[in-house]
Amino acid sequence: MEQKKVKITERKQEVLRGLKNFGTSIYNQLDQGVFPTVSMPSRSTENITYDSTLRQYILGEKNVDRSTRNIRHIKPFTQLAWVALFSNELTSQRKTSTLRDVYYSAQAYEMTFADQQESNNIITDLETLTGFAREDFSIFPEERSAIFGDLDIGYTVPGYEGKTVNLTSHPDGVLIGPAVTSSEFIKTSADKVIAIEKGALFTRFIEENVHNKHKSLLISCGGQAPRQTRSFIRRLHDELGLPVYILTDGDPWGMHIAQVIISGSANAAHLRDLNTPDAVWSGVWASDIVEYKLPTDPLDEVDIKRLYELQKDPRYQNDPIWQREIKMFLKIKRKTELEAFSRYGLTYIVDEYLPTKLEQAKGKK
Amino acid sequence: MAQATFEEISASDFFYRNRDIAGLTNPSRAIFVAIREIVENSLDAAESQKIPPDVYVRLSYEGEATKETQIYKLRVEDNGSGIQPRFIPSAFGQVLYGSKYKLKQMRGTFGLGGKMAVLYGQITTHQPAFVTSSTGQAKIYSFKLMIDIQRNRPIILDRKVLINKDNWRGTIVEFTLEGDYLRAMPKILDYFKQTAMVNPYANLTFVDPKGRLYKFTRATTNMPEPPKETMPHPYGVDVELLQRLIQITTYTNMSDFLKGHFHRVGEITAQKFLEFSQLSPSKSPKKLSHEEIVRLMQNLKKYKDFLPPDASCLSPLGEDLLKAGIIKELKPEYLVVHQRKPSTYAGHPFIVELAMAYGGDVPKRGTFMIYRFANKIPLLYDEASDVSYRVISSMNWRRYKIAPDMPIAIVVHICSTKVPYKTVGKEFISDRPEVRREEANAMREVARQLQHFLARQEHVHNEKKRLGIFSKYLPKIAEFSTTLAGETRKPDIEKLLKSVQKYGTEES
Repeated sequence: MEQKKVKITERKQEVLRGLKNFGTSIYNQLDQGVFPTVSMPSRSTENITYDSTLRQYILGEKNVDRSTRNIRHIKPFTQLAWVALFSNELTSQRKTSTLRDVYYSAQAYEMTFADQQESNNIITDLETLTGFAREDFSIFPEERSAIFGDLDIGYTVPGYEGKTVNLTSHPDGVLIGPAVTSSEFIKTSADKVIAIEKGALFTRFIEENVHNKHKSLLISCGGQAPRQTRSFIRRLHDELGLPVYILTDGDPWGMHIAQVIISGSANAAHLRDLNTPDAVWSGVWASDIVEYKLPTDPLDEVDIKRLYELQKDPRYQNDPIWQREIKMFLKIKRKTELEAFSRYGLTYIVDEYLPTKLEQAKGKK
Repeated sequence: MAQATFEEISASDFFYRNRDIAGLTNPSRAIFVAIREIVENSLDAAESQKIPPDVYVRLSYEGEATKETQIYKLRVEDNGSGIQPRFIPSAFGQVLYGSKYKLKQMRGTFGLGGKMAVLYGQITTHQPAFVTSSTGQAKIYSFKLMIDIQRNRPIILDRKVLINKDNWRGTIVEFTLEGDYLRAMPKILDYFKQTAMVNPYANLTFVDPKGRLYKFTRATTNMPEPPKETMPHPYGVDVELLQRLIQITTYTNMSDFLKGHFHRVGEITAQKFLEFSQLSPSKSPKKLSHEEIVRLMQNLKKYKDFLPPDASCLSPLGEDLLKAGIIKELKPEYLVVHQRKPSTYAGHPFIVELAMAYGGDVPKRGTFMIYRFANKIPLLYDEASDVSYRVISSMNWRRYKIAPDMPIAIVVHICSTKVPYKTVGKEFISDRPEVRREEANAMREVARQLQHFLARQEHVHNEKKRLGIFSKYLPKIAEFSTTLAGETRKPDIEKLLKSVQKYGTEES
């Protein structure tokens, strides 16, 4: 366990070194009387490819240059330098900030961003340039998801160093925020992770004692799982060796929420370790709709369009289950939600469906 | 069996019955037209002597007429040529007096406007008109006149002769008329402003019935060359004019008749034309039959080898004066003027002058401001029927990167011995292909120049913006990178800033 603590502080040092190098490079260029330029991998679609070994999207060879000589580049360049400086201050003072914060803080430096999207883009530039995720620079998105289950963590955030907490301590679950993601894992009795698309079902699972019955850590994704949650799931898998099961609504959107946890997103092609290739989508499958005779809604036009898109997506080619379920959706033209199991009683999903699906997944391995 | 009765009516009577055609359609229009006609006579009178005009106009309230209309007294004083005493009664008391067999560019072409205004005043108020004038000689003559409408003759009610101690020269006209000033006011004020624009060498003063003073001061004493009198061109002749010429001519054979009464017809042209129309050169014009006159008129139009009319009978404003007038009244940020070479339509020479004013006091209205002038008269009504409006509408403005929502005023001036008005009301120019082509070419020329100006302006603006961006961001980059790199001394960015600047000036 000691070893891992070193790893986290080391990573901080690495991040700070990366930022300083960027600063020094600009400084030296200016000092030599040349217009500073940076080069970074291009994030345009044609430079994003799927790597089947890494089982995630990666950026190709193509680079883009940002030069301060170019009138269109100088403003984003300045913003990039500012975000680097801001991240440097946050990280070295061990404070955290949100994307929204960055947007507003810039105004104090007369570095107004046109909108949130612009400042988000600049932060993504810094990620691409340095190879670190924004969470490493202590910048977090607003959206939060939650975790519940028997896991002792040790805080590393200022003022809480050395303190430990058990993640069953709060019945609503514990926010997966900067303090949790930067913590060390100390001890767990769980033998699996169950990630759930919706907060309501997450609460039901806690009420129904799923964490004990099935020795699991429960995670609420809150829709599309935020990057810090995806990276946290990866750590749970890698550091604790826990298998990950994902439960979503039975529709193309739910299916893709699971897929992003497993294979990552194109938007994060410049980053690593945000995905958990070994995680398993446990349901709700299209074939479950038939098997369990679940109440359904018809697929509408966008759903069907989405299914045809996903059918061609490289991430859906590895495991035959994806193509099989897409075909099934297209065949029955129905979709359902996790809550639909309530037609068999409130505990049916926990007592019947979940154990079956976990067995199924194990059997497959 | 009904028998139609025919009665002969005089010109005065005719216009009395048909005053609409002179533009005197309603009380507000009437007061506007009356002021305009008298002021135009004054301007012509001064210009013909190359005297910078001083015109003083006063309209004073005299009393109620009906619920909507009032009686006003109009007084116009000028410093023009003055009128010789023997012509004064007819000049103001006889409609269509002063038959002109020679042509030159004048504001009023029908010899009608001023008299119509006086006639209208007499009809509506039954009051005499007062005319005082001197040509600058020893005496001043003052007449009190009325018009005998049936007989088209002036009636002199009183005549005074005064000693001209101060060598005054000019004309004062005063008469009463019925009208509606409040309604007419916007047009009247527009009229003065635009008249000042196209006559930048004139002082105009207007005192309205409320005692408000509007003063338009001249910007220059330079004046355009006054027009030379010229004969009518063969292409522009009609049967009526031919008959009148035959009546007054002293020439006894066709050859001399053609040479003596027509523009650009010499010995050889006359000879060839008579051959063409199979008329004997020695035939007396007085002996032409009616059929021969009609055929002569047709042949005059048919014959291809007449020389085109020359433009010495025209008095365009010229680019400098047009500029001066527009700068004076619109104070634009940028102004381009263009004068076309003389051209002709149906034997009448004409010249188009065009200006485009941008920015400054020119307002943004969402459409171009159009100022139309003909022989230095502002045209204020029926803008959409005017040929210039059509030319403007059919221009591909996008090609010139010009849009109607820019603050742009377009000034069109056409001068001609016979302005191609569509109606007697003299409010808009008809769509003749020759005029349209000249206006379109002029419009393209000024649009091109405005486009260049706008491009230059945009370039300067962009260059400023570009430099601004560099000098805003480079110091920040220096500051951020210094802190980030953990350095204490800031890098020197002056050289970089200077290189951007140099690059910038080279480009412009």
